[in-house]
Amino acid sequence: MCLAVPGQVSEIDSREGLAEAVVDFGGVRKRVCLEGLPEARVGDWVLVHAGFALQQLDEAAAEELLGWLSDPEQPAP
Amino acid sequence: MRYVDEYRDADRVRRLADAVLAEATRPVTLMEVCGGQTHTILASGIQQLLTERVELLHGPGCPICVTPLETLDLALALTELPDVTVCSFGDMLRVPGSHGDLSAARARGGDVRVVYAPLDAARLAACEPDRRVVFLAVGFETTVPAVAAAARWARDRGLCNFFLLVSHVRVPPALELIASDPERRIQAFLAAGHVCTVMGTAEYQPIAATHDMPIVVTGFEPVDILQGVLMAVRQIERGEAQVSIQYRRAVRDEGNPAARALIDEVFEATDRPWRGIGIIQQGGLGLRQEYASLDAQQLIPTDALPQPEEPERCRASEVLQGRMRPPECPEFGRGCRPEQPLGAPMVSSEGACAAYFAYRIGDVEDEIASQDPAREAQA
Repeated sequence: MCLAVPGQVSEIDSREGLAEAVVDFGGVRKRVCLEGLPEARVGDWVLVHAGFALQQLDEAAAEELLGWLSDPEQPAP
Repeated sequence: MRYVDEYRDADRVRRLADAVLAEATRPVTLMEVCGGQTHTILASGIQQLLTERVELLHGPGCPICVTPLETLDLALALTELPDVTVCSFGDMLRVPGSHGDLSAARARGGDVRVVYAPLDAARLAACEPDRRVVFLAVGFETTVPAVAAAARWARDRGLCNFFLLVSHVRVPPALELIASDPERRIQAFLAAGHVCTVMGTAEYQPIAATHDMPIVVTGFEPVDILQGVLMAVRQIERGEAQVSIQYRRAVRDEGNPAARALIDEVFEATDRPWRGIGIIQQGGLGLRQEYASLDAQQLIPTDALPQPEEPERCRASEVLQGRMRPPECPEFGRGCRPEQPLGAPMVSSEGACAAYFAYRIGDVEDEIASQDPAREAQA
């Protein structure tokens, strides 16, 4: 139910008084409501649930965890 | 897919599981409160990797499963009105009400439509002004901003034919209830990542402090869950009880203020019955007075509804509270299967029983066959 999928904003396209974007999910493009993320811009990675962008992904935080886990010399984070 | 596949990497999963086992000096019991996490744990064999040292119990993390029977019965009754369209997320369609489910109501000719987004239901109402369109608004705080955006859009456009049958639930009061259980076995919670993406962590601080329990806000992929477990184990080993965030790429301490403001504009906290658990104080969100005209309950007199009837043999209540694992239920895989469910957790895509049926039914079927000579001969 709380499934949310990361996608990349490819177009800002607001109409009918609603902030909206087209988001690309690995090649599948869908219209997404941006009312919760009005500052999102083309190229941003966002997390989408039920057609609504919940949050912008923190790309540095995403890479940090993987970086630790990919280096056998580092202790687990 | 980027930001998903790399968190399913088997080597990273094993490194984290090894770290957990190296650091846990005594057995610990944790509870996750998110159906998505429950499914990842079962699908990835995380419990097997963690051995008996770290036990994972599954809490009431499936909002579909805790939607009250009365709400479902009301939705079913609405499908019988000639000018009403009931829109729902797909997960709800096979959840049993007192008499049948939404899928059967559609087969009988009711206008039941599956939507991906609440806004799709509002747009349908705008396109079909002669029909009354009801959206079955279920879900945790994750889903509420999307529903609030649809409600505000409908109101701003002056739509008079869009309604919400609201059964939203809030996670923190359920955690408070479980943490207060005098027979509580769990030492820490893994909190649901996307709920906190919206709400942040402030509501969790008093629960951690009052009950001396670490709460780790955790993501949904195997690497996320094992790092969440490791962070909880470290706190337990050090005797700490903090709220910490594993799922940093999606959760900030303050959540998403714009999404929270949307929720606050349309909804307010209210007492709510949770199916299988009972009334939880402040455990739900209801429409504010300013949005009361959207309430679908006005479409049908509640005394016209049947008395709700739960199937006696269903043990969902114990499963939802982590007191029983699905395979311990005498009906699991026998009288209760996805094609003929006794309760919601067997058919909701996030139900714990559905997760065990999808990934562990082999264990139970061997046992059933050994007790039933005819079936064994057939096999």
